[in-house]
Amino acid sequence: MTQIPDASGRFGKFGGRYVPETLMNALLELEEAYTHYSKDPEFQREVRELLHRYSGRPTSLYYAKRLTELLGGAKVYLKREDLNHTGAHKINNTIGQGVLAKRMGKTKIIAETGAGQHGVASATIAALLGLECKVFMGEEDMKRQQLNVFRMNLLGSEVVPVTSGTKTLKDACNETLRYWVSHVDDTYYILGSATGPHPYPMMVRDFQRIIGDESREQILGLEGRLPDYVVAAVGGGSNAMGIFYPFVNDDGVRLLGVEAAGRGVDTDEHAATMTKGRHGVFQGSLSYVLQDDHGQVLPAHSISAGLDYPGIGPEHAYLKDSGRAEYVPITDAEALDALQLLSRTEGIIPALESAHAIAQTLKLAPTLDKDKVIVVCLSGRGDKDVEAIMGYLGGNDDESH
Amino acid sequence: MNLIDAKFASLKREGRSALMPFITVGDPDLDTTLELIKEMERSGADMIELGVPYSDPLADGPVIQRASERALKGTVTLADCIGIAERAREAGVQIPLILFTYFNPVLQYGLDAFFELVVAKGISGLIIPDLPIEEDQEVRELAEGANIHLIPLVAPTSQDRVKRIASKARGFVYCVSSLGVTGVRADFHSGIEQFLATVREATDQPICIGFGISNREQVARFERICDGVVVGSAIVRQIEEQLPLLQNSDTREQGLRLVGQFVASLKG
Repeated sequence: MTQIPDASGRFGKFGGRYVPETLMNALLELEEAYTHYSKDPEFQREVRELLHRYSGRPTSLYYAKRLTELLGGAKVYLKREDLNHTGAHKINNTIGQGVLAKRMGKTKIIAETGAGQHGVASATIAALLGLECKVFMGEEDMKRQQLNVFRMNLLGSEVVPVTSGTKTLKDACNETLRYWVSHVDDTYYILGSATGPHPYPMMVRDFQRIIGDESREQILGLEGRLPDYVVAAVGGGSNAMGIFYPFVNDDGVRLLGVEAAGRGVDTDEHAATMTKGRHGVFQGSLSYVLQDDHGQVLPAHSISAGLDYPGIGPEHAYLKDSGRAEYVPITDAEALDALQLLSRTEGIIPALESAHAIAQTLKLAPTLDKDKVIVVCLSGRGDKDVEAIMGYLGGNDDESH
Repeated sequence: MNLIDAKFASLKREGRSALMPFITVGDPDLDTTLELIKEMERSGADMIELGVPYSDPLADGPVIQRASERALKGTVTLADCIGIAERAREAGVQIPLILFTYFNPVLQYGLDAFFELVVAKGISGLIIPDLPIEEDQEVRELAEGANIHLIPLVAPTSQDRVKRIASKARGFVYCVSSLGVTGVRADFHSGIEQFLATVREATDQPICIGFGISNREQVARFERICDGVVVGSAIVRQIEEQLPLLQNSDTREQGLRLVGQFVASLKG
């Protein structure tokens, strides 16, 4: 495959920069700074050091023996992004962009968040680097994720409630962009997923590719060969893009993105952008979008606030349409079942997002021979979701003790 | 000749600048939009921007966001918004009508079909706030072929992009008064005069200013140095305040008159 994106930020036909003119120079400035610093050994060293000493990388690639035996098919390896500082892969990107913001001389950062993972990772890096930080979060999500709101406050960040539109991630993204338009002079926007206008999808992928780079090296060390499947959950798609990217040129490795089917792809309540969406322009790039016949973006639904998003990164659209990656839906119920199964067999409570990837693995592994290998991105840990899960499972105080 | 060009030519002869109200089509419903267009023309509007309601209006502040939400509750479509131009013409409206729409509804309608419809219904110009010059080539070519003016936005942050943008402008260059989204504001970008002078130098097309202009005093300040002034959120807010009157057939005339009086007050 040729190097993508091209100079105009296109992955094939997808991507681009569909933003108000007010932001264009900021995006060009960002692209220029990123191009410069990504080749700067000093910048690279600082990011690498923080990933290693601060976040604890490399994360382990763990052979899930009991899960593998239970499923009776392919060997399942879990890429333990849940072991990162702050509990998810999001910090890989905020370390990279935080250091970049600082090099660019910005003193203020802003970020959007859904479940709060990216917000917490941004607040963390802001504290570490001495930056002022505002996190935009939908009012609905603030209710669902009160602990993460408090966590961001503890870290010294301001959480700005978003009351427009659906009051969830989609509108938090809109509001962050609107704020950025007004404060573009001194503010750096740390976008949390492989979405948005160029150069964000490329940059976020580059900061997240460490997941795939490590996995590739680790599986070669452990198995002496590449995996047959790489499986990852996709909302905007940053952990999936990160783990897929280093395998894109390995033809024998099948890439499987797992999206949120909510209450089912045949209902109105899902976030299955690839299964049910069409090509469209949304929040700065051309990709797949959940939309009605008239191009109005539809509200998404998922049990997982991190996947509850009607768009997806443009490079995923490119991988799908070129046939390089496949995308499949997993329902809320399937994800909940998978979460419980993994908790009981491996002692690992995954985030609801990651539980979607596990659920697909439960379907896939038994259909494959025992000599096949699956690498699953366990993108985050489930601590943030425990209260919500208790609600879904009808748990009460007694059970939680 | 495109109606926008004809309008600016006649305004120039009279030594006047254009007053361009913006309204969101379908707020609160299509019939009221038609009446508002007629009322605003009577009250001195020289052109009207017809805003297409959109689920994710990135460039808009809370006032126009709310108008969009109200219109979308009535399931107003892009085709409805374009169709209102034809109804306005049938009702005798003469002034140029400019469509303000985000890109995705246009893309989903299909670019060729969109331009056919726009031409058929009598729209003269097009503003797409999320289509910067890097992305507008196909739309620009189709627009030129259809004699529809694709009106570009330039911002105080555009700097060395101003020349490139202004050189391709048709109809007029839309200058964004300040950083930020649409909405009423007290202050404009500090270098606004210098910015406008830079744009003026870069184009032979008329230059207009918008975003945040809300009263006669501000209009007066800018009509001296621009060929036109856009007033959006302030009018949409007037409509919002008159909703109880506008949505009742007994009091609708009164509501329309109040919006008309506001538009007239901007003219001075």
